[in-house]
Amino acid sequence: MDAIFVFEQLLNGLGYGLMLFLIAAGLTLVFGIMDTMNLAHGSLYMVGAYVAARVHEASGMFALAVLAAVCVTVAVAALLEVLVVRRLYRRDHLVQVLATFGIILIADDAVKAIWGVAPLMATTPAALAGPVQLVDGLPYPSYRLLLIGAGLLVALGLYLLVNRTRIGMLVRAGASNRQMAEFMGVRVGGVFAFVFALGAALAALAGALMAPISSVQIGMGEAILIPALVVIVIGGIGSIRGAFVAALLVGLVDTAGRAFLPPALRAVLPPSVAADLGPALAGIAMYVLMAAVLTLKPAGLFPARA
Amino acid sequence: MPQMKFLAAALALCAAAAGHAADIKVGIALDISGPFSALGAEARDGFELAIEKLGGKLGGQPAEFLRTDFGGSPEQANQLVARYLQRDKIDFFTGPIGSNAALAVGPALFAAKVPYLSSNPGPSAYAGDKCNPYFFAQYQNDTYDEAAGKVANEKGYENVVLIAPNYPAGKDHLNGFKRLYEGAVKDEIYTRLGQIDYAAEIAQIRAAKPDAVFFFLPGAMGINFVKQFVGGGLKDVPLIAPGFSADEDVIQAVGEPMIGLLNTAHWTHDLPGEANAAFVAAFRKKYDGRYPSVYAAMAYDTLMAMDAAVRDAGGKADDREALLKALKKPSFKSVRGDFAYGANNYPVQNYYLREVGKDADGRLTNKLVGTTLEKHQDAYVGACKM
Repeated sequence: MDAIFVFEQLLNGLGYGLMLFLIAAGLTLVFGIMDTMNLAHGSLYMVGAYVAARVHEASGMFALAVLAAVCVTVAVAALLEVLVVRRLYRRDHLVQVLATFGIILIADDAVKAIWGVAPLMATTPAALAGPVQLVDGLPYPSYRLLLIGAGLLVALGLYLLVNRTRIGMLVRAGASNRQMAEFMGVRVGGVFAFVFALGAALAALAGALMAPISSVQIGMGEAILIPALVVIVIGGIGSIRGAFVAALLVGLVDTAGRAFLPPALRAVLPPSVAADLGPALAGIAMYVLMAAVLTLKPAGLFPARA
Repeated sequence: MPQMKFLAAALALCAAAAGHAADIKVGIALDISGPFSALGAEARDGFELAIEKLGGKLGGQPAEFLRTDFGGSPEQANQLVARYLQRDKIDFFTGPIGSNAALAVGPALFAAKVPYLSSNPGPSAYAGDKCNPYFFAQYQNDTYDEAAGKVANEKGYENVVLIAPNYPAGKDHLNGFKRLYEGAVKDEIYTRLGQIDYAAEIAQIRAAKPDAVFFFLPGAMGINFVKQFVGGGLKDVPLIAPGFSADEDVIQAVGEPMIGLLNTAHWTHDLPGEANAAFVAAFRKKYDGRYPSVYAAMAYDTLMAMDAAVRDAGGKADDREALLKALKKPSFKSVRGDFAYGANNYPVQNYYLREVGKDADGRLTNKLVGTTLEKHQDAYVGACKM
C-alpha cells in the first residue's frame, strides 16, 4: 500500500464528496429553511444530467451543455415550486414526502417518454479525456480534476453568498429561526423561491458534471438521493458548512471502503468469502459513519438550529 | 334477423379466438432498461430480424412473439414469467441477458415444462448439478474466459489483475479464466453490478502493476471502465476480455482506445459460413450498416433453433417429449457453424480469438484472429445427472 495509491484514493473520495455536496447543499437548505422534505431533488439532478448529455451530444460544447442544464432545470424547478411545492410548506412532513415522491414517479415517466428507457452515454469533453501527470507515477484523469476544481469553487461561492451577502443573511435567519425571521419582516416567500431555485441549480450542475462519469439513466436521481440524505443528516439539517464537511466525509469513507476493505479482507479470509463480504461491507461503510455520528451528536455535526 | 347475425358474429369471434389460442407462443423477456440495456437492445434487434425472416411463424405454424421489458431485475423477471406462464400459456421462453435473471426464472419454467432456450447466459449451476432437460445454452459462462486464459498464456503475461461484477456470471467468468491461465493472479476485484465509476478500482490496478488486466464488464460497465482506464493513464497495460466486454456496443462507445484489444467468443461477424454471412448481411441492411454483436447473433440463432425444433416435432409445440428431442438434435444452420449439445444441453463448440481493428471502410470492429479452443466442452458437465 504505497503513498501514491492512498493519495489517488483521497482524490477520488474528494471528487465524489464534492459532487455529493452540490446535491446535499440544495437539499439541506430546502429542508432546513422551508422545513420541507423535497424527495424530488434527485429528479432535478436527473433532469440536469439528461439535458447536459443531450446538449453536449448535439452541440459538442461542454460549457454550453452545463449552462443549458442549469437553465432548464431551474425553469423546471420554478414551475414545480409554483405548482406543487409552494402548497406544501405549511403541511406536515408525511404530505410532503408523499407529494414529492409522486413527483419522482412522474419525472421518471416523463423522462422515459421524452428520452426513452435506454441510458444515454454521456461523453467527457475531448480536451479533458486524457490524464494529467500529477506527481511521478500518478497520471490522474483531467476530467476528475475539473470536478474537484468546480466543486471547490462552488463551495467557496456558496460560503460567500451565505455568509457575506444580504440574501445570505436572510437565508441564515430563516434556517435558524423561521418564525422570528418572519416577525422581523423577512419576506419568506421570496427567500423560499430563491433557495429552491438555487438548490435546483446546484443539483443540475452536479448532474451535468457527473453525467460523463456516471450513467445517465432513469432512477439515477433516487440512487444519489440516499447518500445525499445521509450527508445532510450527518452534517446537521440546514447547515451548508455541515453539508460540506459531511459530504467530504461520506465521499472519503465510501471510496476508502471500496478501495481498502476488500484487499484487507482478502488478507485474512479465503478469497471466495472475501469476494462476497468485501463489496457488501464497503456498501454499508457510510451508514456505519452516520450511526456513529448520530450516537455522539444526535443533531448532526453542525446543527443550524442551536 | 338481427339475432342470427349477432350469433354468427359471436361464432366467428369464437372461432378466431380458438384459432388464436392454437398459435405457438414464445415469451421473450427483454433487457431494454436496467444494467444490461445496451445488450438487451442488441438482442431485441436480433429477435426482430429473426421474426421477420421467419415471417412470424415457427416451423411453418403461426406463432406469437410476446416481448416485454423487465429492466434486468430478477424479481421483475419472475413476475413476467409468472404472467407468461399463467395468462399467456407460452410454449417457449428466452431473452434475459443476465445470469441472475436466468437463475431466478428457471425453476418456474422447468416445473411448467416450458423449454427455456437461453439467448445469452450459461450459468454454471444449470451446467452442473442443477442441469435440466428444459434448459438449452449457447455457451457456458466460464468457457469464454477459459479461452482468454489460454490467450494470456500464449501472450506470456506472467501476472494479471481480474475484475468482474459481483453476481453469478462474474464469478463464473473469473473462475473460467483461472482454470486455464498458468500465471499468477495479483488481485481479484469484484464490483457492484451496474457500477459506473471505477476510480477506486483503477487506483488498485495501478498499485498492483500487472502485466495485463482481464476484465469481464458487459455493457455500460465495460464502456465506462475502458474509458476511465485510458483516462487514468493506464493505456500501456494490455487489456484482455471475454467477447462480452469488447463487443460492438463497447467498441462504438469507446472508440479508438479499443484498437488492439484481444477478446474471445464463440462467434464473430466475420466467421466463415453461409448462414453467418446471410445473417450479417441482413442485419447490416436492416440496421444502418452496423455490425451485429454476439447478443444479436445469439438471439437470432435462438429463434432459428425454435423454428427447426417445431418443424422437426411435426409442426406443433404441445408434444413436449418430441419437442425436446428435436431441440437436442438441432437441424438448423447456426451462425456459429457446427456444434452439438453435451449431456447437460450446453454446446460443444469452437471458441475464437478476436482483435479490435478497422474494417475496409475504416469502421472499428472485431476481427477474427484464429481458433483458440476447438470442440470445447464446459467443466461442469460431469456434475450433471440428467
